Amino acid sequence: MFSKGTKRKFSDGGEEISDESLLGARVASSYSLQRQSLLDMSLIKLQLCHMLVEPNLCRSVLIANTVRQIQEEMTHDGSWHMVTEAFCSAGQSPSERLVATEVLCRSREQDAEPKLFSVISYEGCCEEEVVADETLCSVSVSDTVSNVCLAGRMGQCWEKSELSGIERDEEALEDSRLGSGEEEEIDTEDGASTESPKTIGQVFGTFEIKNGSPGPDSALEELFSDVDTSYYDLDTMLTGMQSAPKMGPYDLLDSLAPSHSSPSIVSTPNCRSDLNELDHIMEIIVGS
Amino acid sequence: MGEDGESPKINHSFLRDYVTEADVISTVEFNQTGDLLATGDKGGRVVIFQRETESKDESEELGESGEYNVYSTFQSHEPDFDYLKSLEIEEKINKIRWLPQQNAAHFLLSTNDKTIKLWKVSERDKRPEGYNLKDEEGRIKDISTVTSLRVPVLKPTDLMVEVRPRRIFANGHTYHVNSISVNSDGETYLSADDLRINMWHLDITDRSFNIVDIKPANMEDLTEVITAAEFHPQHCHLFVYSSSKGTLRLCDMRESALCDKHSKIFEEPEDPGNRSFFSEIISSVSDVKFSHSGRYLLTRDYLTVKVWDLNMEKGPVETYQVHEYLRSKLCSLYENDCIFDKFECVWNSTDSVIMTGAYNSFFRMFDRETGRGVTLEAWRESSKPRAVLRTRRIYNGGRRRRGDVGVDSLDFTKKILHMAWHPAENIIAIAATNNLYIFQDRVNAENL
Repeated sequence: MFSKGTKRKFSDGGEEISDESLLGARVASSYSLQRQSLLDMSLIKLQLCHMLVEPNLCRSVLIANTVRQIQEEMTHDGSWHMVTEAFCSAGQSPSERLVATEVLCRSREQDAEPKLFSVISYEGCCEEEVVADETLCSVSVSDTVSNVCLAGRMGQCWEKSELSGIERDEEALEDSRLGSGEEEEIDTEDGASTESPKTIGQVFGTFEIKNGSPGPDSALEELFSDVDTSYYDLDTMLTGMQSAPKMGPYDLLDSLAPSHSSPSIVSTPNCRSDLNELDHIMEIIVGS
Repeated sequence: MGEDGESPKINHSFLRDYVTEADVISTVEFNQTGDLLATGDKGGRVVIFQRETESKDESEELGESGEYNVYSTFQSHEPDFDYLKSLEIEEKINKIRWLPQQNAAHFLLSTNDKTIKLWKVSERDKRPEGYNLKDEEGRIKDISTVTSLRVPVLKPTDLMVEVRPRRIFANGHTYHVNSISVNSDGETYLSADDLRINMWHLDITDRSFNIVDIKPANMEDLTEVITAAEFHPQHCHLFVYSSSKGTLRLCDMRESALCDKHSKIFEEPEDPGNRSFFSEIISSVSDVKFSHSGRYLLTRDYLTVKVWDLNMEKGPVETYQVHEYLRSKLCSLYENDCIFDKFECVWNSTDSVIMTGAYNSFFRMFDRETGRGVTLEAWRESSKPRAVLRTRRIYNGGRRRRGDVGVDSLDFTKKILHMAWHPAENIIAIAATNNLYIFQDRVNAENL
């Protein structure tokens, strides 16, 4: 279980909104805390997949509905709004972002937001829509310092509402998914969440096809090109994680190529990032 | 575990208490006459019990019913592997349903997550003897020794029960099969998984009709799954299926080939006073059963059993609290996943009593006429053979009597999920982990 209620202070002041939110969380009623812990629990349940056997679809759907319910309530509460604002402030240094991320993951309601979407949107669908837009694809990292940041930001870009207009391309891209998703699975000790890394990998994979120019991942792409696409059928995505050949987190970081300049897309409001994934990566890197 | 010859003093006592996962019973079902009782377990095995028939003389006292003894055991399903998804397919038997008997043999359907099988159970208790050309051991006789002809006769031998797979209905389901139900027409049956229901003909294995499909075009929009389905006991065109949102849908196959549009939908409006984040989860129906009369439906959700009248869609006609004391503990039960436990429910033969399972090896019976419920326990320590089962009580505040069990001392690992009620008599079969309990009613026994 997450260690809940561990509140940390920013050593460098951080951003004001975050501070306020932190304060807000502190004085939050026990209801909010309970709701938060329920949310944490639900997300863990959805993401923990020790999978050799397909997980129970009914259970997954019920948990996902619970998460959605909490999310809706938080939207009405207005704590949702605070979350999105918190993520809008780009231009921080990566290290600050990392700290912020860490804190967000631990103690705040706000961290629910990115996780929520990465979970509920059943990521497989998201990716296809996204790739149609090249500019979004090109978002990699503004700072080369932290690839972990990249992971976060990449995830953020898969903004579903923005891309609703691109849905028509979904079908076209369906076939181009290939097995590229496989390479992004991160195997952490307490289970794998394949949402964000798959997202990233999908981008690269489809980016390849879209542009036709071999990128740094073409080798990986070829390696997995013979993998059945049905492997990443949304059904299986929803029903759980597959025991695919897993990449370690370092592999993921290697595959992320900081080859593009980052426009201000990171500051897109309502961006999602898979902070939980980020957290996992952070833990492994930091060795905590 | 590897054998270790070097340390002969290993203490194996823990093994006695260890329940092999494969032995956990996962389904129980009487046949139409009640003479046979089939159980399926997580290891893919089916064990059939047969009721010993006492001599049918008038001196047989009521209540001295025959006991059930093992009749046959066979391996129904083997563990499988889905190479496409790199996932194991469990061999656990999810459901067994008997076919109505048409000849000397018995037929049953058993299913795991993916494949349904039709098994033929037949007896052989005679063998021909007295061949002309072969001797008793089967060796060819020397022709010169044959001086007269005789007709071989059938002589009784030791009973042999043969079980053979007659049909294998494979590749019909992408998702996990949770229910099968034999139609009253005796020719077809339905199988339901999380998102689809298929109808099969018992003689045709290479195709099935899809009669319900609730899979959304976009899996992101999935919010509801099918949890159970059953054919009407008399009307071969009607069936019902329940969902994870607590709705029941009655479908008429005469209306259209694809029954996505229900004929009737049974749904109870949510009680705003009891609303919580867990409301939806606890409203998910885990089992649905038609009454023998075909007039009512029995459903089980996490905290209650409900009786519905097919003529009234707006709500159940009766609601019984199974373990209301758990309502304040839903968060913990969510944490340890117990809130997702799927309990079954059953009618008695006259539809006057309903029964369902609970935790701590308890099960509950409700008398529909009086509305009273009773708690009973299926636990080896407290019930000796032929002992009268005593009722139990849960203590949750208020006056505590001796023998009451406190809510906080309930063992949530001992859950009674599967059970069956004899079709004609008051005999019940309760599955408690790897044990099967059979309880019989006694004449003049304390009534419910």
